[in-house]
Amino acid sequence: MARITAGLTTSHIPAVGAAIDLGKTEEPYWQPVFDGYDWTKKWAAVNPPDVVILTYNDHASAFTPDVVPTFALGCADEFPPADEGYGPRPVPVVQGHSDLAAHLAESLILDEFDLTLMYELQVDHGLTVPLSLVYGQPEQWPTRVIPLAVNVVQYPVPTGNRCLNLGKAIRRAVQSFDEDLSVQVWSTGGMSHQLQGPRAGFINKPFDNAFFDRLIKDPEDLARLSHFEYLREAGSEGIELVAWLIMRGALGPDVEELHRHYHVPGSNTAVGHLVLRPADQ
Amino acid sequence: MNTYTAQFDDIPGTRVFTAKRAKQGYELNKFCMSLMKAENRERFKAGERTYLDEWPMSEEQKQAVLARDYNAMLDLGGNIYFLAKVFATDGLSYLQAVSTMTGMSVEDYQQMMLSGGRSPEGWRSIKDGN
Repeated sequence: MARITAGLTTSHIPAVGAAIDLGKTEEPYWQPVFDGYDWTKKWAAVNPPDVVILTYNDHASAFTPDVVPTFALGCADEFPPADEGYGPRPVPVVQGHSDLAAHLAESLILDEFDLTLMYELQVDHGLTVPLSLVYGQPEQWPTRVIPLAVNVVQYPVPTGNRCLNLGKAIRRAVQSFDEDLSVQVWSTGGMSHQLQGPRAGFINKPFDNAFFDRLIKDPEDLARLSHFEYLREAGSEGIELVAWLIMRGALGPDVEELHRHYHVPGSNTAVGHLVLRPADQ
Repeated sequence: MNTYTAQFDDIPGTRVFTAKRAKQGYELNKFCMSLMKAENRERFKAGERTYLDEWPMSEEQKQAVLARDYNAMLDLGGNIYFLAKVFATDGLSYLQAVSTMTGMSVEDYQQMMLSGGRSPEGWRSIKDGN
């Protein structure tokens, strides 16, 4: 049977992707950002999953003003990088896992999560920057990836509770897949940041650090945090953090913290990163 | 009164992209999305006004784009991730474009970020002044 072997969260700042693509990771500005991923790269090299279920938010790349799905699952065999206005990132095409995706679709929809199913999907920096941070610049990504796009752009976005429960449902779905697969769940975005208006540049270190602790120790309580509180305390784009609860729900009640990294700034954003292991692994 | 969206108006210096704003900004955001194609970026750069006139946007929205007034574009229903296609076409990073909305120079804004970012103090609530 398939099993969830680890969880990971990370910011997915586009400038971080550009720094990797342009070979700037050793520059003094970027070094403290990337140093925090050294541990993860070593860990990832010896803990290769068969599949990563990667939750992220699309940044007006695949989803237009015409269509705004709350949760969209990538069911295709491959997902090319999107052109976000600068040309597509020079990264490998993401290879999907359509059998597991089909099983997730069936299990989750029957579990009353009304997913949108994507059979063509271009993936933007929200999905590819985390892969670059963990796997560097390979010819091919070393794992298959099932994208799960979460709307955190147009309000109302899903509640924290909905995200936590979706994560729990993903756990049930993976555990009922009849193939021996190691599956990791990654949730990307955050931490505090605001990219718009006179309040842009907003960063809240105490909130972010408490968020890490609450996510690990008491996700049920954290799931009650309102959208208004995310906006007020984490900045308008800090709402991306709500999707971290999907990863947390997928790992089960108890987790072990393997690694944590926090640094300000990465461009406009507080960089945050966690690696967790479910207690049953 | 819808209290869910009304409470968002108490956050200083912020335009929350609600379903209502999405409707208001639909044509503006559609225009932005068109700039994901290299040939459209070239046509836009070759004649901005001519290109904008191909889209059923309001004159206010067109003027805001021509002036690269991102706060005005937000007020007219734009969302930053759509508007990013405009500043990407201009060859600007998020940081460079975002700083223009704060009234700070790019250098001062960059320095604020290096110093830990904008403090939440005074930026939480208009009503409570904190």
